[in-house]
Amino acid sequence: MAPVATAVEEQRKTEETALITGSEAIAVACKLADVDVITAYPIRPYDTVMQYVSKLVANGELDCEYIVAEGEHSQFEIVKHASAAGARVFCGSSGVGWMYAMEALTVTPALRIPMVAMVGNRALDDPGAFGVEHNDALTVRDLGWQLVWVDTAQEALDTALIAYRVAEDRRVFLPCAISCDGAFLTHSQALVKIPTQEKVNEFLPRYNRGDLLLHPDNPITVAPQGNEDWVMEIRRQNYAAMERASDVLREAYADFERIFGRSYGNPFFEEYETADADVVLMGMGTLSTPVKVAIRKMRKEGKKVGFVRMRWFRPFAAQALAKSLGRFEAIGVVDRDYSFGSPYMSGVLTNEVRSALYSAPGPKPPVVGFIAGLGGREVTVPDVERITEGVYKAAEGKPQPLTQWIGLRE
Amino acid sequence: MGRLFAIEIIYRGIFQKLLAGRISRAIVLAAHQEDKPGISFGRYGDSPERNGIPAKNFAIVGTDEETLQQGMAKYEPQEVDITICVDDTLCKGVESWAWYGLQPVNKLLKPNGTLIVTSPQSPDTLIGMAHRKDHPYKLAIVKGTPSFSGLWVFKDDHTDVRILGAIAKLLPELFSLESVQKVILKEWKDQVKAESAARSYERVMTTTVQPNQGNPETPYKFTLPKWHEMGEGIAIPSIPAGHGFEDPSTHASGGFRPERNPTFKKFTTRTMRPVVNFDTCIKCTLCWLHCPDSCFDVTPDSLYDANMQACCGCGVCEAVCPVKECVVMVNETEFTDNSSQWESWKKDKEAYKVWLQDKIKGHGERSHGFRYRGQYEEQVPEMLQIAREG
Repeated sequence: MAPVATAVEEQRKTEETALITGSEAIAVACKLADVDVITAYPIRPYDTVMQYVSKLVANGELDCEYIVAEGEHSQFEIVKHASAAGARVFCGSSGVGWMYAMEALTVTPALRIPMVAMVGNRALDDPGAFGVEHNDALTVRDLGWQLVWVDTAQEALDTALIAYRVAEDRRVFLPCAISCDGAFLTHSQALVKIPTQEKVNEFLPRYNRGDLLLHPDNPITVAPQGNEDWVMEIRRQNYAAMERASDVLREAYADFERIFGRSYGNPFFEEYETADADVVLMGMGTLSTPVKVAIRKMRKEGKKVGFVRMRWFRPFAAQALAKSLGRFEAIGVVDRDYSFGSPYMSGVLTNEVRSALYSAPGPKPPVVGFIAGLGGREVTVPDVERITEGVYKAAEGKPQPLTQWIGLRE
Repeated sequence: MGRLFAIEIIYRGIFQKLLAGRISRAIVLAAHQEDKPGISFGRYGDSPERNGIPAKNFAIVGTDEETLQQGMAKYEPQEVDITICVDDTLCKGVESWAWYGLQPVNKLLKPNGTLIVTSPQSPDTLIGMAHRKDHPYKLAIVKGTPSFSGLWVFKDDHTDVRILGAIAKLLPELFSLESVQKVILKEWKDQVKAESAARSYERVMTTTVQPNQGNPETPYKFTLPKWHEMGEGIAIPSIPAGHGFEDPSTHASGGFRPERNPTFKKFTTRTMRPVVNFDTCIKCTLCWLHCPDSCFDVTPDSLYDANMQACCGCGVCEAVCPVKECVVMVNETEFTDNSSQWESWKKDKEAYKVWLQDKIKGHGERSHGFRYRGQYEEQVPEMLQIAREG
């Protein structure tokens, strides 16, 4: 074991750069966060995380309980209970695996369990496709889960550390799901800076379950039956916790910058080329790559296009977003998801953006919804150009369908 | 706005669920015979029912749809014209799953409203059991042994139609005897049941209960915490472990009394209670071991005292006790308080012996529902006798 120990010791001191996938980056974050209990059940693309975690455990680099459950429902239940007993936990899933865990997913925020989970975004069945779609993670958007979409392996690692810090803050105690687009992020290796253990320890305090610790020395009953005399008060407590999460997130990002020397700017959404933009596009996850390339191309052609990448979907920074979006002439929101029968048949993010703007005091530019890249289909640079054309038309006041499908054979 | 009628049926969960449902349905159907719309429902918060836990059904009737809607705007009515209590031991109070604290049986009664109780007891016994009210109300007794059966079986002892006949007499504006009989024949196609309703209509008598009559105790109640006063994460402190206590006569300490939930006492679930003969107890521990509610306090002298704040009256202790008549289940109407039997035995053993013999003599077989096949047939003669005399 000596060589391994030496390697670990070495890594504690020096920041290294590694060529790893988004999934591997999450596994490395688990190691740095010294997670106590990890449960797993294979489903693509999430299963890459389990492979990397098991390798870390086998190599003696990560000391944790690593449990392969008999299904996702048990997988999430096991870590829920471990977290109640004071363990720092990690798990994750994809697509219908996440759906199979749904009962456990609903009770996790209700019990104020600061679980950190990775969702390798995958189309829901049927058909049984492996590719990315955001509908899986979005199913828990109303339940008290913090939801974040990342677009690089570096951001995956950093966000996982931030997620532990925020979820386990006593003011929050809410679970957090980190969404990583299947294939584009989970299966692509990129150069990632691995922070030193010392810095991580400085950034991330130990998980303290406090008065909610399920332990013989602190006899409590968790999750008793309760009738209508209790339910509203319990929901109101979760509302307050989610309300506080925004400030705790800001604090965590500020500390992250101070300790690691890298900054993400506005924690909630990333703005790209928006300073002088006429119109902007919006989206979540790895969509950012073709969009940024297309924007650079279009800017050479004289089109002032910007991009707003929503990072945190829950909590949703409605006020700040509305204030920023009010500067533009039109907004095109690209959803890698669907919400059949929703207002204007738009995707989930589009309707959230419209809703944020409606109640904001400032200007309300038109919002055009685009559904693209479902099931892992690529969103190409020409697709982004077509989307931008539509947004410009809306900016010029020309009537536009409020929801348009892009990249569809028609 | 027309006239609104509200009737509640307080019953024992599981054992009287079918009975209560039949009564409240028939009330609405009988009123509908006279073109009055109505709604019948069981209080949702009482479900899932458990054996013997007090529960409620409601029948709300209006002279027109708008009035009915007015009545239904509040799910559980705030006042009722008639409270039907299909088990007399419920007169001591009602602690349900649907709220916190003890509700007097007559709590919702309007001034001069009527409490109908099925009971073999005298009015004085029942009046003494019910809490005092600050306005007069009427008590009507439908004579008979309270009708208990199961979730899937129904004891057709005519309790349902006898109560319906009584309502026709007590609140003729709601429906007439003729309407009730029409519904009985339509629903149950039984001429004898229609006649039972008529007999009850003729016989029902009321006694007026004055504000100075009844149990003077203030029923226990609780204030629910505000959302920010509650602990988070749906976690509540556990009930602490128990402790020993002092023998009042010898001042010796010992034994074990489990701590019990201070906000849910459960004793109104009880229709009968164990009476313990401490002189013949062999300290075998079986009652203490088998009690599903941990209601036995272990006394400093190693006896087992059934705590009447916690006992649900299930009768398991009687069933497992190997000593003849050491634990005997006695009807709850025989008792006026929840004090410790062991303490009174310690105080005066001779007096306790006299008290015990009086309580258990002729106690008869009393059980929840049917314990064995053929019990119904055995009970028919008793039911017939009460029906003839009552």
